[in-house]
Amino acid sequence: MLKTFSKGGVHPPENKLSAIQTIEQLALPKTVSIPISQHIGAPATPVVKKNDLVKAGQLIAKSSGFVSANIHSSVSGKVIKIDSVVDSSGYKKQSIIIEVEGDEWFEDIDRTPELKKEINLSSEEIIKKVGESGIVGLGGATFPTQVKLSVPRGMKAEILIINGVECEPYLTSDHRLMLEKADELLVGTQILMKALKVTQAVIGIENNKPDAIEHLTNLTKQYQGISVQALKVKYPQGGEKQLIKAITGREVPSGGLPIAVGAVVHNVGTAFAVYEAVQKNKPLFERVVTVTGKSVKKPSNFMVRIGTPVTELIEAAGGLPADTGKVISGGPMMGHALSTLDTPVTKGTSGILILPEGESRRGKIQDCIRCAKCVSVCPMGLEPYLLMTVTELQNYERTENERVMDCIECGSCSYICPSNRPLLDYIRLGKTEVGKRIRTRKA
Amino acid sequence: MNDIIIYTIITVGAIGLVAAVILFFVAKKFYVEEDPRIDQIEDALPSANCGGCGYPGCRNFAEACVKADSLDDLFCPVGGNDVMKDVAKIIGIEAVEKQAQIAVIRCSGSFEYRPKTNNYDGAANCTIAANLYSGDTGCQYGCLGLGECVDACTFDAMYMDEKTGLPVVIQDKCTGCGDCVRACPKDIIELRNKGKKDRRIFVSCINEDKGGVAKKYCSVACIGCSKCFKECNYDAITIKNFLAYIDYNKCVLCRKCVAVCPTDAIHEINFPPRKKKPVNTKPTTKVEVKENTDLINIAKKNQNNNKS
Repeated sequence: MLKTFSKGGVHPPENKLSAIQTIEQLALPKTVSIPISQHIGAPATPVVKKNDLVKAGQLIAKSSGFVSANIHSSVSGKVIKIDSVVDSSGYKKQSIIIEVEGDEWFEDIDRTPELKKEINLSSEEIIKKVGESGIVGLGGATFPTQVKLSVPRGMKAEILIINGVECEPYLTSDHRLMLEKADELLVGTQILMKALKVTQAVIGIENNKPDAIEHLTNLTKQYQGISVQALKVKYPQGGEKQLIKAITGREVPSGGLPIAVGAVVHNVGTAFAVYEAVQKNKPLFERVVTVTGKSVKKPSNFMVRIGTPVTELIEAAGGLPADTGKVISGGPMMGHALSTLDTPVTKGTSGILILPEGESRRGKIQDCIRCAKCVSVCPMGLEPYLLMTVTELQNYERTENERVMDCIECGSCSYICPSNRPLLDYIRLGKTEVGKRIRTRKA
Repeated sequence: MNDIIIYTIITVGAIGLVAAVILFFVAKKFYVEEDPRIDQIEDALPSANCGGCGYPGCRNFAEACVKADSLDDLFCPVGGNDVMKDVAKIIGIEAVEKQAQIAVIRCSGSFEYRPKTNNYDGAANCTIAANLYSGDTGCQYGCLGLGECVDACTFDAMYMDEKTGLPVVIQDKCTGCGDCVRACPKDIIELRNKGKKDRRIFVSCINEDKGGVAKKYCSVACIGCSKCFKECNYDAITIKNFLAYIDYNKCVLCRKCVAVCPTDAIHEINFPPRKKKPVNTKPTTKVEVKENTDLINIAKKNQNNNKS
């Protein structure tokens, strides 16, 4: 019997169309626009001006607080302007726009492909290096990694969990990374283990990726303390709290952080980025992005420079299909529909999903039939129908008491609802309103 | 049979009598001394319980009035000055005259002037849409057209115009309570003083983008050209972030700014028609949306490419 989390969950059609496509390097675009806010926390402060010449890997915006991240240029060329550009959040954000000239990298970066196994840095040095390299959680949440590595005083990390679940349908970027960059990933895991001072690391992978499980299991024999755990396919297993429950059986308390149960979770993409930063001196300025969809001519996995417009990726995957209904940044469950295709790829873009018109449209909203399917699939044990109702009635006190802040916004409730009710839409509204209340109470 | 009825009447009657006596003494003993003026004020108020005064309901407002030393911060926008005079008489202090206000919609981006660049199909709620993204047009400041203000209005003083996709305020019904102002997540609605004969002039736009960007997506946007600022002799107009704002306390309703606005972003309401035709007529040209921002156009283009 395979391990999985206990409460709720759904199993949408997997549709991993691009699983067999090897990672391709995407050609450099003509211009890139790099938003200064690609992470959770304070936006970075630009340190370049118009007409400055930059190299790939050069710092262009500096972290502006504890929860913030450095941003590096992904190309070499000239800064043409600093302007606001619509990013995947759908809002205009300050971005540094660079015209590409050649492909010159910053001198310190080691561009040789050799695997470097020995870790020379100490725990503190690793955390500092990770912070300097602007690494954020690449699973999609984009939380600055160095913050997660700095264990709060009085707490102790016992186990490192590497998230290779990729439970979102369609997406295959993590899957390909585990197959093609397995050694780098495992060294990255060891670096993270050293930074956290833990002796045990588990890589959680869902059972629909048997090749990755086999490949990594064979390789982990050479790496001490790392093991691979196959998991039953169930969404949202990639959620931090769900993955901890599935692997360790421990439950993160309501409102608490994973460190409360001694666990730290990092994505496989993050582990790879940490390897490159620590061993090769390469800051985070490119990532693997899946471009996929049923009507897409050539579903692919690309290694993309941050700031590349989404149009370029779609063009490389065979162009925008005629029946396009929505273009989504991320997966179908938690992704965000784009309002314009000029949106740049950011650190959190794990995939570009193109849904055909028929599939993308929302169904007609009908009355709640009290079937309680949303209750049974909620992985956090909440009552989505109730949260929606009390939010609609603007009874935010009740919304808070019904633990709306525990919602991880996985969308299982909206997915399963036979009446097509916009449950998550309202729950998000409830979260925003309750969040405001909590902040004013604290202030 | 008759006995049962009689006994029942006697028993229930006796219980009722005893309870009445107990309640009488309890009511005497635990009588809560309450200012009788609260009831009087409550009667004088419109009883709409709209919350426009900042209190949850009319009774709470009445309680606050009785406690207050002056009526500076207390005003019932629905009842207006007449009701406040009555209230002031009841508590024996002077009423503060305030100008009647009305809600104005500071967005004119109708379907015609501000074409859609994408389609929103989420929950029909402005706050939800605003949390998700900047809206279904190129303007990230403008009206989302999902009608949360209309739902919030207690007085049926608003409706959505299906032709323009924008809310409309019915001026005879609007009491200036401000419910719509609080409901709008984009801060588009503003309460403004009604001028002489209910006249008002305001900038019907809140777009803070640079002029070129604003005009690219909406032909009636304020482009921050400062023409109105230069024209105004009363310092009523300020320009901040490429956006003009008219201070209703300083504006004398001379209409000079309206005539010079190149995009017709400044609106005049309840004025007689001008003798001479204004220099600028409403722009009739539709905004051309850049092709690559439009998913549908790209799809069409690709389709054509595939055919050829």
